[in-house]
Amino acid sequence: MSEPFLIGDCMTGGYGAGPDILHGCTISVDRGEIAVIVGPNGAGKSTAMKAVFGMLNVREGAVRLDGQDITKLSPQDRVIKGMGFVPQTQNIFASMTVEENLEMGAFIRPDDFRDTLEQVYDLFPILRDKRKQAAGELSGGQRQQVAVGRALMTKPKVLMLDEPTAGVSPIVMDELFDRIIEVSRTGIPILMVEQNARQALEIADKGYVLVQGANAFSGTGKDLLADPDVRKSFLGG
Amino acid sequence: MDFLNAIVALSNFVLVPAIAYGSQLALGALGVTLIYGILRFSNFAHGDTMAFGAMATVGMTWWLQSMGVNLGPLPTALLALPFGIMAAGFLVLMTDRMVYRFYRQQKSKPVILVIVSMGVMFITNGIVRFIIGPQERQFADGERFLISARDFKQMTGLDEGLAIKTTQAITVITAIIIVALLFWFLNKTRTGKSMRAYSDNEDLALLSGINPERVVMVTWLIVAALATIAGTLYGLDKTFKPFTYFQLLLPIFASAIVGGLGSPVGAIAGGFVVAFSEVTITYAWKKVLGYAMPDSLAPDGLVQLLSTDYKFAVSFVILVIVLLFKPTGLFNGKAY
Amino acid sequence: MTHSKNIALFAGIAGLIILTGFMQSWNSALLILNMGLISAIMAIGVNLQWGIAGLFNVGIMGFLALGGLATVFVSMEPVPDAWRAGGAGIFLALALGVLTVVATIFAFKTLPKGRLRTIGMLVILITGFFVYRAVFDPAVEAIEAVDPAVTGYLGGLGLPVVVAWPVGGLLAAGVAWIIGKTALGLRSDYLAIATLGIAEIIVAIMKNEDWLARGVKNVIGLPRPVPYEVDLQSSASFVERVQSYGLDVTTTSSILVKLNYAVLFALFLGVIFAMAQLALNSPWGRMMRAIRDNETAAEAMGKNVTKRHLQIFILGSAICGIAGAMMTTLDGQLTPGTYQPLRFTFLIWVMVIVGGSGSNLGAVLGGFLIWFLWVQVEPMGYFIMDILTMGMTDGSPLKEHLLDSVAHMRLLTMGVVLLLVLRFSPRGLIPEK
Repeated sequence: MSEPFLIGDCMTGGYGAGPDILHGCTISVDRGEIAVIVGPNGAGKSTAMKAVFGMLNVREGAVRLDGQDITKLSPQDRVIKGMGFVPQTQNIFASMTVEENLEMGAFIRPDDFRDTLEQVYDLFPILRDKRKQAAGELSGGQRQQVAVGRALMTKPKVLMLDEPTAGVSPIVMDELFDRIIEVSRTGIPILMVEQNARQALEIADKGYVLVQGANAFSGTGKDLLADPDVRKSFLGG
Repeated sequence: MDFLNAIVALSNFVLVPAIAYGSQLALGALGVTLIYGILRFSNFAHGDTMAFGAMATVGMTWWLQSMGVNLGPLPTALLALPFGIMAAGFLVLMTDRMVYRFYRQQKSKPVILVIVSMGVMFITNGIVRFIIGPQERQFADGERFLISARDFKQMTGLDEGLAIKTTQAITVITAIIIVALLFWFLNKTRTGKSMRAYSDNEDLALLSGINPERVVMVTWLIVAALATIAGTLYGLDKTFKPFTYFQLLLPIFASAIVGGLGSPVGAIAGGFVVAFSEVTITYAWKKVLGYAMPDSLAPDGLVQLLSTDYKFAVSFVILVIVLLFKPTGLFNGKAY
Repeated sequence: MTHSKNIALFAGIAGLIILTGFMQSWNSALLILNMGLISAIMAIGVNLQWGIAGLFNVGIMGFLALGGLATVFVSMEPVPDAWRAGGAGIFLALALGVLTVVATIFAFKTLPKGRLRTIGMLVILITGFFVYRAVFDPAVEAIEAVDPAVTGYLGGLGLPVVVAWPVGGLLAAGVAWIIGKTALGLRSDYLAIATLGIAEIIVAIMKNEDWLARGVKNVIGLPRPVPYEVDLQSSASFVERVQSYGLDVTTTSSILVKLNYAVLFALFLGVIFAMAQLALNSPWGRMMRAIRDNETAAEAMGKNVTKRHLQIFILGSAICGIAGAMMTTLDGQLTPGTYQPLRFTFLIWVMVIVGGSGSNLGAVLGGFLIWFLWVQVEPMGYFIMDILTMGMTDGSPLKEHLLDSVAHMRLLTMGVVLLLVLRFSPRGLIPEK
């Protein structure tokens, strides 16, 4: 089996010089896939994703993108390498218009990004209607769309979402998941962290259950949903 | 007739000076608010940056004057302004390099940066006094009045004259041009938008590949230009004296806070709020009221609410009211 | 280890002052010592605010000036003619002013929110203001007309001048309370700007309100807590004793007076230092430092951060007020025109930061050291500039300009010292434990 497109391999590390939070944790996503990280509170889900994105010290293990070792790169450099990241909170420029948010997403691109802008608007039609409005004035679900749209503007080779549905209503959550599947269909691999484990695993090609910074279970989304141990411990039976 | 005289007197003593002063404060407050938005601290050295830029302009003006160069009816200082801006730009970039950058990289608390800026303030102040001395300096030339009081009286036949100094007209026109340019830059250009993005959400701006050092550099250069222009206009309108720029710090901060720290529109609104309050409260209304009211009600005293010695108290009271009731200012800046 | 280092540092300062005594004169040395003692008290006050609580006060000048004002209020003889002319009017006016403010606050609290409240408050304020001015202005005019060349003000209470020192503290504390109520609890820069403003206003009031303390006409001849040189010189027994030691009468008398001051100031410094140390090491002081280091955590633990900050802000400002009163007492005159932010705000900051933020002993050391430098930088500057300009022809414009500019070297030197210490030794000479 060839190596996945993006892999955080046996990562051990923590924030700054602080204690290790991850202990030999492995996360990966391959082309055309949606990979989901789930687990109880404090399991290190977001931390694992941030480790892949270079926001904490990975003391052991490695992160590789398309076979290239990027463990030592800064988050900014990883963006240039083609990784798109949507933070959990404060993921938009609230005082700027929707269109300006998307333009800022394309800041590092020297080429013409109008095509990408149109693609994002096609993907999130509501943003086209509100493109002159300040992003901070939008509803929670719409803001998340701005946030994802901003990350898509770099034409990333892989998209990472940190709890995209945190704090939105169930209806909005379903819509967001639909949008995420659509993004995935355009050929972008997606790695995301989710609180709503059941719904997330339903759309996942690959799932990781983390406990205390280490892999507890992994498999396809369906397998995990069917696994009695996973059901019992994390999905409430 | 009396009513017209009242309006003319009001324009002459209140409206025109307040608009000119308001423009100067607005330009100063824009500089403070930009630094606050991007570098996230209150820059106490701003008044002295103004003094430095104005001093360089004054020096250049003198040189041009000695070479016989002038702009006819306009003050020569306008010609010297680009030089002053360059000098101030050099100064602020040097200070950023040698002083502020270290604390930025350390991610020091804003209050440390404020103290550091106080140190920079005294050094800049020392340099300015060292070079040009602490006295008042004249550098205005050209036509003194756009309309003099006597001409106005002859033209209209009113008892009251309306004088508009050339410097006042230039102040307002320059301020309008500069503000239009600044807003165009912030809202329409890629670099300007990246500055707003950085001010709005630093982490996300970094994720978007915006280079913070470049944003900071552009900000300093804009601030240097704003400070030099504000300082020179103030000097032309009144006179150039290093210490007055330190005293301008309070009204400038009051303007920026009234408008909402970090909000450019707020800085302009705040500048005019402070200027109009200061001028109306320290103006002796006897003349205007004398015309506006029937003779029997005409006031005996000067009807001056507060002596001009206390003009700083006006800025201060406005500041206190804003802090008590709406710390985010009129345009929702950052209060915490 | 640190102990011996501290002793060495203080011995160094003492050495510098003694050296001044030998090289220049004992009078200069004692002048430096006396102002050093007062500076140390100022630095302790600012250190309480900044070092222990992390509050940034840029209005030290204002609190010092209030202390100075207190000396006039307390120690000068009252001017009965002025009191007869306008004393009642002034106090009636001030009472009316207070009443207006109270009524406005009352209206703000009781009336329902809306246009009615705004209009009501405005009406009260405007009417109150005009009534106040109607009473105030004639009273002021009457007072200022009383023998303006000598008095023209209300005078004071005629009490011993030492009483003024705590009174100066109280005055400063009152103003600090108003400022703290307004600006604390918001971001730290706001306190800085508010204090900057109040200091300018206090000094402006002292310069312009002649009825209060003669404004820029200055109050001279403040009573002293120590004997006068002239009295000593005319005392036969003093002259006899001095001459028996073979000393000069004039010099000895002035040195003796200065020594008297030094003892008095040292006593006050000792008491204030001891209290500051007790406060620092008490549970209250520990809590303050905990709040400074992590405000969010302290708040989460149920500490009322703003209230604590208000306490220490008032306390620190009161100490500055006391020091201000002592300074004016030492000068023997109140000269509002000489209060400059550089000398009376910024310099104290340099003292605290160089000495070591958070350490009272550091503040004392910084007070002495920076004051010494402040006094000696100018002669040193002339010395250096003389050497630099030696090659130039006498009377050349550049040489003249450079020599004239030496006076501004102080600004530069102090700014550079502050930035260097902040950058390379942010904990100062005697770091906090």
